[in-house]
Amino acid sequence: MTTPTLIHGTVEAGQHLPELSYPVTATTIVLGALAARDWRPMHHDKDFAVNRNGTRDIFLNTPNLASWFERYITDWTGPYGRLQRVTFRMKGSIFPGDTMVFAGIVTDTGIDATGCGWAALDITVSVDGDTKTSCTARVALPLDADDNPWARSGDRWTP
Amino acid sequence: MSAIGIDDIEGALGVGQYEEEGEFPVEQGYIWTTCSSVENGNPLFWDPAVAEEITGGPIAPPTMVSVWFRPHHWAPDRSTPGLPLQVHFDLKEGLGLPEAVMSDNTIVFHEPVRPGDRLTTRQILRSVSDEKTTKLGTGRFWVIDVEYHNQRGDLVAVESYTGFGYRRAGEEAGE
Repeated sequence: MTTPTLIHGTVEAGQHLPELSYPVTATTIVLGALAARDWRPMHHDKDFAVNRNGTRDIFLNTPNLASWFERYITDWTGPYGRLQRVTFRMKGSIFPGDTMVFAGIVTDTGIDATGCGWAALDITVSVDGDTKTSCTARVALPLDADDNPWARSGDRWTP
Repeated sequence: MSAIGIDDIEGALGVGQYEEEGEFPVEQGYIWTTCSSVENGNPLFWDPAVAEEITGGPIAPPTMVSVWFRPHHWAPDRSTPGLPLQVHFDLKEGLGLPEAVMSDNTIVFHEPVRPGDRLTTRQILRSVSDEKTTKLGTGRFWVIDVEYHNQRGDLVAVESYTGFGYRRAGEEAGE
């Protein structure tokens, strides 16, 4: 039996998620682009990125960044955490040599009309203190050790 | 592919367009490659016993939903694939707005996506604003939903894109 790692009642507004710091290399960018099936050259060809896009290097693609945000959230919730919704606002790019830092805070919690517990989060990924992308997310959390948000479907899942 | 002009907007609102099936079924290898690329150790994606217990079998990371629709870089005998978000380009053309930016992107997750699923997508225009002037120029905001369904007809995700199509200050209105 897998124990839920984060229970809804232990989470409250104002709580910070543990920071995640990650040194980005060219491999990070290229692996992420191929994993997301994004074959566009600015995510693997530095010459193209610099001379055609006018950026200083290849940069992380948005769908892979979504995967980074998901990993950041579920590192915190454990496997019982089930994403309901995410919204992204892109502000700047992430390049090889950058250390990207994910930080997050719980902004609200609640239990919806179907009895599903949730937490709302504000998350940023920044480099040297500059926010590159911000994300708001809502994630369902188990109410107790017998609850499983993944068991919900149809009318009992209102993300 | 047809331009959406000002007189076409009302008829286009809420109508599913450009329904398309992904080129390949959802597959485990890509799930692992994606988890590996972001060092996601969630046991749902690596431990079949945990997946069985929590999600009734393996699932794909929810944020991968658009990955299943990016076409192969090359394929034999392929006809020209439509552009992702074709409705966005139809609006730009029909409203004579040469420039456009996407301001934000929301994904809402419904039924889990599982290896072997065949997903389909369709685009739905939800709203077009009156003409507005921002620091970029004068144009209109629009919201386009991309709905994803599995082979059983279950809704698995909805992506909403807010776009702003515009003319730079000083440029003439398009046709």
